[in-house]
Amino acid sequence: MSKRFLSGNEAFAEGIRLAKPDVISAYPITPQTIVVERLSEMVEDGSLKSEFIHVESEHSALSCAIGASASGARAFTATSSQGLLYMAECLYYASGGRFPIVMMNADRSTALPWNIYGDQRDSLSQLDSGWIQVYAENAQEALDLALMSWRIAEDSRVSTPVMVNLDGFVLTHTYETVEIPEQAQADRFLPPYVTGNRIDFDNPKNMAFSAGPDTNFVFKYKAHAGMLAAKDVVAETEDAFAEIFGRQYSGLLDSYRTEDADYILVTLGSIAGLCRETADRLREQGIRAGVVRIRYMRPFPNAEIAAALQNAKAFGVLEKDVSFGNEGTVYTNVNSALQKAGVRIPGYNFIGGLGGRNISAGDIAQMFADIQDGTEHVNFIGIGGDGNGESNG
Amino acid sequence: MANQTAEKLSRDEYFYGHKACAGCGGALAVRAALKVLGQNAVSVLPAGCMSAVGFNFPQLCFSNNSIISTFAGTASMLTGIEAGLRARGYSDFTAVGFAGDGGTADIGIQALSGAIDRNDNIIYICYDNEAYMNTGIQKSGLTPFGARTTTTPAGANIHGNLRPKKNMFEIAAAHDIPYAATASVGYLADFIKKVEKAAQIKGTKYIHVIAPCPTGWGIATDETVEIAKEVVDCGLWYLAEYENGTFTLNHKPKDFTSVEAYLKKQGRFKHLDLDDIKTVIESRDKKWAFIEKNFTYQ
Repeated sequence: MSKRFLSGNEAFAEGIRLAKPDVISAYPITPQTIVVERLSEMVEDGSLKSEFIHVESEHSALSCAIGASASGARAFTATSSQGLLYMAECLYYASGGRFPIVMMNADRSTALPWNIYGDQRDSLSQLDSGWIQVYAENAQEALDLALMSWRIAEDSRVSTPVMVNLDGFVLTHTYETVEIPEQAQADRFLPPYVTGNRIDFDNPKNMAFSAGPDTNFVFKYKAHAGMLAAKDVVAETEDAFAEIFGRQYSGLLDSYRTEDADYILVTLGSIAGLCRETADRLREQGIRAGVVRIRYMRPFPNAEIAAALQNAKAFGVLEKDVSFGNEGTVYTNVNSALQKAGVRIPGYNFIGGLGGRNISAGDIAQMFADIQDGTEHVNFIGIGGDGNGESNG
Repeated sequence: MANQTAEKLSRDEYFYGHKACAGCGGALAVRAALKVLGQNAVSVLPAGCMSAVGFNFPQLCFSNNSIISTFAGTASMLTGIEAGLRARGYSDFTAVGFAGDGGTADIGIQALSGAIDRNDNIIYICYDNEAYMNTGIQKSGLTPFGARTTTTPAGANIHGNLRPKKNMFEIAAAHDIPYAATASVGYLADFIKKVEKAAQIKGTKYIHVIAPCPTGWGIATDETVEIAKEVVDCGLWYLAEYENGTFTLNHKPKDFTSVEAYLKKQGRFKHLDLDDIKTVIESRDKKWAFIEKNFTYQ
């Protein structure tokens, strides 16, 4: 095991090298580019034996990965923002075909207006595409997820593609010290991909077929069941990972000082660290604050969220997303989890960071104050209002 | 020649039990090509007629490995399959795509161009029935001038489709592709020979085969082969190859048969007046002047 000073993108590329994909199809888009640049260098220097395909679009990037996966190969691609939206058709195709592709998405704002900076409207718009969605907080977790996601995706109980999300620039371009595992460890953790869901010359198959109203529903149900099975497989995978690499992850979500918390802020991605620091400072002032970082948006940790929030007086959801005409999608999902569990506490939605706008420690302290005092259900940080009134931002 | 080809052709069937319309030229092209490429062909078919009629679970009609791609993704899925199988250590296989005219010249042209640019080792066969037949005869980029489709109605003001066919053969050739060819199911032996040849060449191969659709063209179901022959005989289509930077004409009709007779046999052209037919003939003659100048003949 060695330590290196790497950006989130570079750390992820190191994880992919250790996972040894057979095929990488890549199309550049800021802020994802560094990942595919590093992977192309690894292929050039021989440290990664992958077929590196220079596709002409994101649609082809994922279509190519689907073809590779259908041949029984381990396939990787990476994208961001407009690219993710451009390949959206193929997202549904990959999950419906149960092809366990791993894709990194550098979370980035979506046009219009054009913007290259980080928010999560790209990936959250694809929650229904049938992909497991996980959000990394830091470069080490990004590298570790690059390894773990294959094992989860390829588990025969799951057979579902995984999208690993890294906040654009804040995580993809920020340098941290990262532990790089040894190849032998990685090989022990991640065996070669073996599947029956592939082209087979001894037993030819017709794949990606049509299914009428009588059977289509059943295939959809099975895909849903595969995604739900990932809950257990995530836990098993993290335990196996801890045994080999010595780092234990916390499952579908990561709770911080929630056991006795009165006020809990729920969020996802790289902003969680600042939320935890703010909670620590508030605790010094006698305010019992806690933080829940959702790691997996799909499968969604309904029970885990309800358990973490059930004893709180109120909660907030901070997200870099809004579903125009309603509210943040994470807020919608969290409210549904609480409703199903019969947890009846006030909750508020804080929408921030759209188009890369900074979210400060002061903003987060104000959110905790608003959770304590009560506020509008939907709040646009730095703009104010619930979206019904005039903007002053 | 035709009989010899038929005798040599495999008796094995790889595409059968499907729901294609009677007289389908596309089904004939797929069937014949797979007989040439055999058991180790991996076929990719995008959304379109052949996937719609061949892949209805549990009635799956390919006895070789076959998969439906996204509409735009025939070529990119072929790329992934070829790379994936190669990475897994296979070498004795052929990745072959069968896409319609819309799937090739319209929505799939970007992925096709990318695959040719990379010189991926695949065969891409465009079965051209000259409109979006699967969705009910709408105009595509390969619908010929004058054809009535459900989106180019023939009325008093507009006589069907106003634009000529996109020149996919020369577009493929312009990439300096290792091998490109035109064909017609009316000259099946020539088509089969071209598929055989393509299977021996490394890199990207593009074959564009005219495959009439009785439903969309307004002909009888037993006229498919005859009309596919006639389109070549009257000079509105031609049999050619591109290889090593050179265009070669494979078949030169001594005298063209009547363009008017060809058009008037088909429901889709019934409305054309003498001026329209003159336009079609002028366009044909211009094309043949180009062919005479730029193609070698053997």
